[in-house]
Amino acid sequence: MDNNETLLSVKDLSTYFFTEKNVIKAVQNVSFSMEKGRTFALVGESGCGKSVTALSIMRLVSEPQGKIVSGEIIFQGNNLLTLSEKRMRKVRGNEIAMIFQEPMTSLNPVYTVGNQIAEAITLHQKKGISEAWADAVEMLKKVGISDPQQRAREYPHQMSGGMQQRVMIAMAISCQPGLLIADEPTTALDVTLQAQILDLLDELQKQTGMSILLITHDLGIVAQRAEDVAVMYASRIVEVADTQRLFKEPLHPYTQGLLKSLLRLGFEGKRLHTISGNVPDPLHFPTGCKFHPRCQTGCNDKKCQSAEPKLREVQPGRSVACWYAKGYPQ
Amino acid sequence: MANKNGHLLRVEDLKTYFPVKKGLLQRTVGYVKAVDGVSFEIRKGQTLGLVGESGCGKTTVARSIIRLIPATSGEILFEQTDVLAVDKAELQKLRRQISLIFQDPYGSLNPRLTVGNAIGEPLKTHKGITGSKLTDRTAMLLSRVGLSPEYMNRYPHEFSGGQRQRIGVARALALEPKLVICDEPVSALDVSIQSQILNLLKDLQEEFGLTYLFIAHDLAVVKFICDIVAVMYMGKIVERASAEELYRNPLHPYTRALFSAIPQIEHSQRSHRTTLAGEVPSALNPPAGCPFHSRCPVAGDNCLKQMPALKEKNGKKEHLVACWKC
Repeated sequence: MDNNETLLSVKDLSTYFFTEKNVIKAVQNVSFSMEKGRTFALVGESGCGKSVTALSIMRLVSEPQGKIVSGEIIFQGNNLLTLSEKRMRKVRGNEIAMIFQEPMTSLNPVYTVGNQIAEAITLHQKKGISEAWADAVEMLKKVGISDPQQRAREYPHQMSGGMQQRVMIAMAISCQPGLLIADEPTTALDVTLQAQILDLLDELQKQTGMSILLITHDLGIVAQRAEDVAVMYASRIVEVADTQRLFKEPLHPYTQGLLKSLLRLGFEGKRLHTISGNVPDPLHFPTGCKFHPRCQTGCNDKKCQSAEPKLREVQPGRSVACWYAKGYPQ
Repeated sequence: MANKNGHLLRVEDLKTYFPVKKGLLQRTVGYVKAVDGVSFEIRKGQTLGLVGESGCGKTTVARSIIRLIPATSGEILFEQTDVLAVDKAELQKLRRQISLIFQDPYGSLNPRLTVGNAIGEPLKTHKGITGSKLTDRTAMLLSRVGLSPEYMNRYPHEFSGGQRQRIGVARALALEPKLVICDEPVSALDVSIQSQILNLLKDLQEEFGLTYLFIAHDLAVVKFICDIVAVMYMGKIVERASAEELYRNPLHPYTRALFSAIPQIEHSQRSHRTTLAGEVPSALNPPAGCPFHSRCPVAGDNCLKQMPALKEKNGKKEHLVACWKC
C-alpha cells in the first residue's frame, strides 16, 4: 500500500445550524486530509464542532435546521457532497462506517445483535440472510466476543457496555470500510475497558488497513493512538500536525494551554495550570481570533481582536491558525 | 471537634445491600452487595479519595454516609455522632455539616430556580436567613467560587458546564460544612475546565479548613487532590495508602492495571502496559473468593477460595492491601 495516498480530504467545510432567530456556525472552514491506513485524531472540547465535522462527512447532519453551506469532502476521488442520496447510502456503512460514543443508545433494543450486524451485510453485499448471519458471527468473534454463536442471538440489554461497544465495532467493520469514524468510542466506558477497545481498534486496523478518524477530547488517547492530529477550537481547526511534533512543540496558544493544564500522573506541583475563562458560546463568538479573550501569550493585540487568522502551513505538514505562532506568514 | 483519634469521619465495616426481588410476590431472592465491609477514616482537613470503576460502590458509600440510602450494617462515626443511629431531627443537623457536590452539573441544578435561590435555599431552610442578609451571603459565596454576584438572578441554562459546577460548589459551601463529599465533581467537565475546578477545590479547602471525601475514577485527578486513596472493586476496598505511596508503589494487581490504563502523553510507546482482560463481573453473581480473581493476571488457588483481608504489607503501617499474592 502506498503510504502517502490520500483517502479523505475535507476542504473548507462549513456546517451551520439555522434556528428561528439565529445561525449557529458549528463548523467553519475546516480543512484536513487523511492518509490511507493511518489514524487521524480530531481533538477538542465539547461543542467545538468535532462531531458535526464527522456527521458532515457521513452527510448525517439533520436537515432542515442543519446545513452544509460550503466545502468539499473528497473520499477516494469523489466529492461526497455532490453524490445523490441513493449513492451516498451505498457509501455510508459500507465504505465509511461510524461508531458512536454511547453503544447503549446506538443499538436497536428490539433486534438481536446478530440480526443488526447481518442487516448491514445484506444491505451492502450480495449475500443471503444465512450467509450474512454466518458473517455476523464471524465478526463478533473477530472483536473478541466469546461464544459468538450464542451471543449473536442475544439482545443488546443482555450485554455490558464494553460488549455493546464491541458489537458496534463488529457492525462497523462488517463491510470492510476504508474509513472508520470513531466518535468518542471509549468516553462512556471505564478506563480498563477503554484500553481494551482501543487495542481492538488498533489490531483491526493492522489487519484490514482501514483508516480511522478518531474523535476525542482526551489528549492522552491522541498521544498513544493517533499518527496525525487536528486541534479544534470554537468550530475551527487551530492546529494540524503529526502527533509527535504536536506534543513536542505545540504552536497554537490553545494547544499549549491544553497540554499544560492536562493532569499528568507524575505531576508534583500544588496548583494546576489553567486556561482562564470559558469556551465561547457559539451564538456570541468573539470577534477576530476566537481564542483571544483567553489567550495568555501576551502578544494579544488589535490584530488578534479584529481579524481571524486562517489555518496556514508553517512547516511541511504542520499548519496553525495564530497571528503570532512561530513561522506564521505575516 | 473530632473524635479522640483526630478523625472527623470514621466508617467501620459498612455494608449496604440492595435486595433483588423477583416473581409475582416480589420475594427477595438475593442481594446486590453494593458496599461490602468498607472501613476508612478521614482526619480533619484531609482529603480521602475513593477510586474505582463504575458500579464498584463508591457512590453508594457516599450516599450511605449522609443516609440518602439506608445502610445494612456497620458504623459511621461523624465527630462523636453515630450517623446510622440518629433520629430525624439529629439527621437534619448532621446534614448541615456534610454537603455534597454532584457529578452532573446539568442534572443537579433545578432549572426553575435562579442561581441565587439555589444557593440561598439551604441557608433559608437550615438557618432561617432571609432578606438582604441572604442576598449578601449568596453574593459572597458566588464571588468566592469565581462568579460575579450579578449572576444571582440568572437561571442555570444560561451557564456553561464549568460555571454550573462552580454554582454547585457554592451551594455545597453555603452552610459552612465540615465535610464535603465530592462525587466525581470534574468527570463531566472539559479538560481546561477540570483544572480550574480542581484548583478551586484546593483553595477552598485551605481557606475554610474543609475535609473532602473525593470520589473519582481518574487516578491522575485523585493523585493530585487527595492525601489518602482507597481503591474499590466490587464493593470492597482492595488497597489503601497515601496518594504518593500508592502512585510510587501500587501493590494490588487491580491498582496497577488502573494506573497503566490511563493514557499518558509521556509513555507514547505503550510498552509496559498491562491491559486487563474481561469485564467487571455482575454484582448479582460475584465470583467466589477474591472478586478480582476472574480478571487477575496472577490469581492462584487461594484466590478462588477466600477473600483476602485488608492488611499491612511490607511492614508499612499506612499501606493496606487485600491480596494473597502481594
